[in-house]
Amino acid sequence: MITVIINGDEKRVAPGSIADMVQALGFRPDKVAVERNRAIVPRSALGAVMVTAGDVFEIVHFVGGG
Amino acid sequence: MTDSHQDTWSVAGQTFTSRLIVGTGKYKDFAENAAALKASGAEIITVAVRRVNISDASQPMLTDHIDPREYTFLPNTAGCFTADEAVRTLRLAREAGGWDLVKLEVLGEAKTLYPDMRETLKATETLVAEGFKPMVYCVDDPIAAKQLEEAGAVAIMPLGAPIGSGLGIQNRVTIRLIVEGAGVPVLVDAGVGTASDAAIAMELGCDGVLMNTAIAEAKQPVRMAEAMKLAVQAGRHSYLAGRMGQRRYADPSSPLAGLI
Repeated sequence: MITVIINGDEKRVAPGSIADMVQALGFRPDKVAVERNRAIVPRSALGAVMVTAGDVFEIVHFVGGG
Repeated sequence: MTDSHQDTWSVAGQTFTSRLIVGTGKYKDFAENAAALKASGAEIITVAVRRVNISDASQPMLTDHIDPREYTFLPNTAGCFTADEAVRTLRLAREAGGWDLVKLEVLGEAKTLYPDMRETLKATETLVAEGFKPMVYCVDDPIAAKQLEEAGAVAIMPLGAPIGSGLGIQNRVTIRLIVEGAGVPVLVDAGVGTASDAAIAMELGCDGVLMNTAIAEAKQPVRMAEAMKLAVQAGRHSYLAGRMGQRRYADPSSPLAGLI
């Protein structure tokens, strides 16, 4: 397991791609957007980019708003 | 008579029939939200961008209830107080949605939610340079509106009154000045409280109206959504029809000749 920061919280995740990590958290990669170390990870690359220890992620989705 | 189906408006190359844009916040639940959207006839709806709840992935998601193929989702930057935060949020929104049309708002303070125009202009420039098509929430200032348009804003969206206040259009003169000076669509964004406020915005010549709280906080949101649809249509027809002149004294509508 490796340690990363997801949405401000420290989290232990299994090594693998960002898509693997998002799925393991219970979300569909096609319904979220991911920022890794302040840079957008294109949705098409989520399956190819590997998670590395110390990465800082923001995982967001659309919610109701005005 | 103008057929409302032919009376379309366009923003950033996309053409719409409905001139009412509605928000998706503050509803009791997604079912009520979806019903209100349907009743409003809106084609564009605003959405916010927020962190997923990583400790509970089972929470209902907006996109499970409101279909992005049925509506044009307009991601906003509500809650952002700097240009950097707003741009970062919209980069994520573009990735989440896959489109460039966005609503920029950069707020100056929590109490009034008034826009910070210095940061708003800065963010507009950055977004345009990155290929976004920003519809921009702004103060009801004709000069600021011009500057935003020059920076590449695809629509100017002045407040009628503070966000969520329901106070109605506070300064019709400046809204009208913005409409007259703009080469891009102008939509009143924020401040509408009731149907007549929406009609007033449209009578001033605005291309559309954006609202959230006026519908979501009505006693019957679905019915108010319908009222807003009709008010926007009524105001638009009234504007196109051209109102009568005003007089200081009465002018009888029945003929004076032939009185018994």
